[in-house]
Amino acid sequence: MTYIFDSSFEGLLCCVFNAFSRHEQPGLLQRHDAPRSLFHDELNVITDGEQSDRVWNALMLKLSPGELNALTTSFLCEDPGFDTSLFRLICRIFTDGAACMRDFSSPDTLAMLQNARRVNAEAHRVLQFMRFQKAADGTYFGMMEPAYDVMPQAVEHFRDRFSDSRFIIYDRSRQYGYSYADGSLRRIRLPDAENFADGRLPDKIADADEKLFQKLWHTYFKAIAIPERRNPRKQCQDMPRRFWKYLTEKNFTR
Amino acid sequence: MTESVLNRLQTLAAAAKYDVSCSSSGTVRRNNGAGVGNTVGGIGICHSFADDGRCIALLKVMLTNRCIYDCAYCINRRTNDIPRATLSVSELVEITMEFYRRNYIEGLFLSSGVVRNPDYTMERLVQVAADLRQKHRFNGYIHLKSIPGASQELVRRAGLYADRMSVNIEIPNEPSLKYLAPEKSHRSVFEPMGYIRAGVLENKEDRQRLRHVPRFVPAGQSTQMIVGASPDTDRDILRLSSALYATPTMRRVYYSGYVAVNTYDTRLPALKQPPLVREHRLYQADWLMRFYGFNADEIADEGNPLLDLEIDPKLSWALRNPQLFPVDVNRADYETILRVPGIGVKSAALIIEARRFRRLNSDHLKKIGVVMKRARYFITCAELATRCITDVSPEYVRRALTSTATPEQLILKFLS
Repeated sequence: MTYIFDSSFEGLLCCVFNAFSRHEQPGLLQRHDAPRSLFHDELNVITDGEQSDRVWNALMLKLSPGELNALTTSFLCEDPGFDTSLFRLICRIFTDGAACMRDFSSPDTLAMLQNARRVNAEAHRVLQFMRFQKAADGTYFGMMEPAYDVMPQAVEHFRDRFSDSRFIIYDRSRQYGYSYADGSLRRIRLPDAENFADGRLPDKIADADEKLFQKLWHTYFKAIAIPERRNPRKQCQDMPRRFWKYLTEKNFTR
Repeated sequence: MTESVLNRLQTLAAAAKYDVSCSSSGTVRRNNGAGVGNTVGGIGICHSFADDGRCIALLKVMLTNRCIYDCAYCINRRTNDIPRATLSVSELVEITMEFYRRNYIEGLFLSSGVVRNPDYTMERLVQVAADLRQKHRFNGYIHLKSIPGASQELVRRAGLYADRMSVNIEIPNEPSLKYLAPEKSHRSVFEPMGYIRAGVLENKEDRQRLRHVPRFVPAGQSTQMIVGASPDTDRDILRLSSALYATPTMRRVYYSGYVAVNTYDTRLPALKQPPLVREHRLYQADWLMRFYGFNADEIADEGNPLLDLEIDPKLSWALRNPQLFPVDVNRADYETILRVPGIGVKSAALIIEARRFRRLNSDHLKKIGVVMKRARYFITCAELATRCITDVSPEYVRRALTSTATPEQLILKFLS
């Protein structure tokens, strides 16, 4: 039996609901846009808020907040092969108890832990490598292309840190971002911003001093390195090249 | 803000770059709408990585690189003919705020050469921190260098604004320090350390009585030692570190491989390259002391006062103590598992959890993240025993792990 679901986490919870109400154990979970196999029975699982809430509430009774967080975070890794694994793990929480969340010799639990770590690491990189540019109206604008959909996680950090100013953070590859002004946060789309070369604010809307501070930062970045200890490999390990495009210190041009 | 600031920032960053510390960890402070910035704690946030691979978390800069001292190992010694520069308090405060707003940095790491006298210099450092905290309501991270010889009163004031303070020991043995820096002594280092410690402990007591007493240096203190500028052994360095870690406020000891900056001074060794491997081994040893429950004497004993450069200190310890192995990963306690080469803090914790469900075999261990290449000589698990260190010899294991050829190939050669 193969369950087809709509690629959302709620959809996956509905698959769990169906597996228990129909007393069956599907061998495979597939996203609705994945190529279908000809040789399996299929069930098209329709996402129903009531069903997914029931499963989620039951999970809340069994798991700690940290464990719940790990489940949802690991789902963000967007790896279709992992869906079946996560589904099996959630079913197992109900059959064997919450302890199976710590059974790290089982491939499902281990995969969940590792994917959650991977997504959290990417969210941390957004905090590290987001670079803001000041616009003439005082808004700070930052754009990136993280590997996973982690902007909702990252924006909470920036909201606390820069609560007294206005800022926009934008995920170019997923074409959405958040705008924060006067204490309120909105999810936005900025079709114009997607055309900014390397995420750079055009000179006519940038603040007058913006170029100067970019230059200062670039100068500082060059001056703080010790030439006798040059180590490009370590630099690439800790600051992967895929982020360099948007980094002020790496793409600065006079 | 002009070109002149640009040139001075360049000079002063270059002057500060030999200070190793840059961590923004050790304290959590949410913003709660009180101004700008917060600190996240945990491992901190590194915003960039310089061309030498070292992280940039804080704006690491000196207020001035003029100095009245003449320490042999320091680039900023008064007899050096180098460009000198000074930033004004307001310039530095503005740069810090603008960098922070753009998410370039987590905060400021401020140090200074000593001008006029220690108190005058310290006063200016405190002024920067005070302006950031009070005028700009800056909530980010501030790391202040405590100037050796500054008065207790100034250290007290600095501690109210700073998250972390540090005094660098630089040279682990007093005679070597006297030789290289005649104007300094260990007393001038340990005295301000004592002021910081006393401040933190008093503050802790006060806070137990009154909750709203402002915190004093909440992220504790750190220090740094130069490696390779004096004849001191790794054993001296590690014993001093471990004594420092035993004091209540010391959070980090940094090791800085000596970069030959003053090649003309004959009191210093002529090094072509900084001793990077030795520095790396010292950091590994430091981790063993802080997270793996080793003490300094186990890592570098009297017979081996220098760390082995070819293999890491944990493996080196295990090879010296083969009688303690093999360790049964399915039975041994956490502390014992942690001492196995190839098993780290993360995998040890996973092993403890996972073995409640089934006996672990080498495949499980590998997936959990154990480096089996090293660990297999030191463990037994739910499988037939492989070649353990007690079956072969420590020399064999050492050869197998340091040579590029795999041990299987060596065995085949031996048989044929």
